[in-house]
Amino acid sequence: MIEYRSVGKTYDDGSPAVDDFSLVIPSHSTTVLVGSSGCGKTTLLRMVNRMVDPTHGQVLIDDVDIATRGPVELRRSIGYVMQQAGLLPHRRIVDNVATPLRLAGVPRREARERAMDALAKVGLGADLADKYPRQLSGGQQQRAGVARGLVADPNILLMDEPFGAVDPIVRADLQRQLQTLQHELGKTILFVTHDIEEAFLLGDQVVILRKGGVVAQAGSPAEILAAPADDFVRSFVGLDKGRRRLRIAELDGQRVVVDEHGRPAGVLDPTLDRT
Amino acid sequence: MTWARANSDRLVDLMLQHLWLSVVPVVVGFLLALPIGWWASRFARPRAVLLAAGGILYTLPSLPLLVIIPGLIGTSFLDPINVAIVLTLYALALFVRIVADAFAQVSAEVLDSATASGYSWWQRFGGVELPLAGPVLLAGVRVASVSTVSLVTVGALVGVSNLGSLFTEGFQRDFRTEITVGIVLVVILALVLDAVWVLLGRLLMPWTRLRGAG
Repeated sequence: MIEYRSVGKTYDDGSPAVDDFSLVIPSHSTTVLVGSSGCGKTTLLRMVNRMVDPTHGQVLIDDVDIATRGPVELRRSIGYVMQQAGLLPHRRIVDNVATPLRLAGVPRREARERAMDALAKVGLGADLADKYPRQLSGGQQQRAGVARGLVADPNILLMDEPFGAVDPIVRADLQRQLQTLQHELGKTILFVTHDIEEAFLLGDQVVILRKGGVVAQAGSPAEILAAPADDFVRSFVGLDKGRRRLRIAELDGQRVVVDEHGRPAGVLDPTLDRT
Repeated sequence: MTWARANSDRLVDLMLQHLWLSVVPVVVGFLLALPIGWWASRFARPRAVLLAAGGILYTLPSLPLLVIIPGLIGTSFLDPINVAIVLTLYALALFVRIVADAFAQVSAEVLDSATASGYSWWQRFGGVELPLAGPVLLAGVRVASVSTVSLVTVGALVGVSNLGSLFTEGFQRDFRTEITVGIVLVVILALVLDAVWVLLGRLLMPWTRLRGAG
């Protein structure tokens, strides 16, 4: 469990990134922080592994204030996946993935074996292991980034817009894979994105942020859609544009689901249609 | 050629003397510039001051320095160490800017990612920053190496023997062959040394050979 206790961060130039933020992130589930740029979501994420230390307030992992833990040791116990994968350009893929293990003192051979396993788990072939990052596509690099985040089997995985820089088809693929992995591994994942669709797809808990890390609403995707807290949330999740309000219509003799503007959004599954 | 063959022993001696007078300043200047340049790459204010200081240092004429240095540190006028010190200062002046640029071009995201993976400061410096600054550092070493090999010849004017001595003697005796041989050997030395740096770079930075292929 990760807990933020009224944390705030003011940067050296005096600009407050986060004012007063509290949240509990339950273990073995995915929490997504979602908001526009400048809402402080990345700052909040980086407080968990002490890449950013809060100006006030506390962050606790399993009831221990992380300010009492050494940052380097803390970071080695937490997986981190970032945008553009952040792979080291001068190390081969397998060495990149093995990095957290090597830093933790795992012998070279064992680290390599576990890195190969992690690569297989994210769907990267062994033939890519000895390549350098720039020899891989963006999607493959991002997979390697996920493998590196998972290789040391951390309880917590931090993901900072990990799929933001790849094209929509690859992104959908990566999202699906993350869901499968999470189903199998049950990590405590804190995920940051500006994409509400991604947040609803991946999050057990979704936290919508305004500027300055103010929580507009936190809850499951269904709770947020069913009872948006205010107009900001309604507009952020797209309820105001009619995209989300679906109804059934008859088109060419077939029952289809359309949005408020009458644009078809899908069909009803005939096996479930009992009306 | 006959003259060169007849004096081959002396030429080899001069070449070795020239070699160490070139390598020591490049290596020492580089090692001194490493922390200074790194510092300059991280903080804007020292950067401006250090780069200006480096620029001024580099414009100081070498001959007066060669005369002043022995008085300052108490060495004899003919001591080759004076030449080594002056050339180290020039190499340092040249390197500070290059080292600062080399570290500044390392991607901040890659450094963040290394920190997030749990690299300590020293591990990150040695395992990520230094190798990624490597190609630019190597380019700097090559420039400094060539310029130092040619600057060493000035030492002959204050009586420190090296391949430059062939120029001073050649002028005094109006003997062109000796001057020509001197020039050829200086160029050869510069090229050989450059090849050594390139080779060393390939051994230490195998990933750079992929450039363009990937």
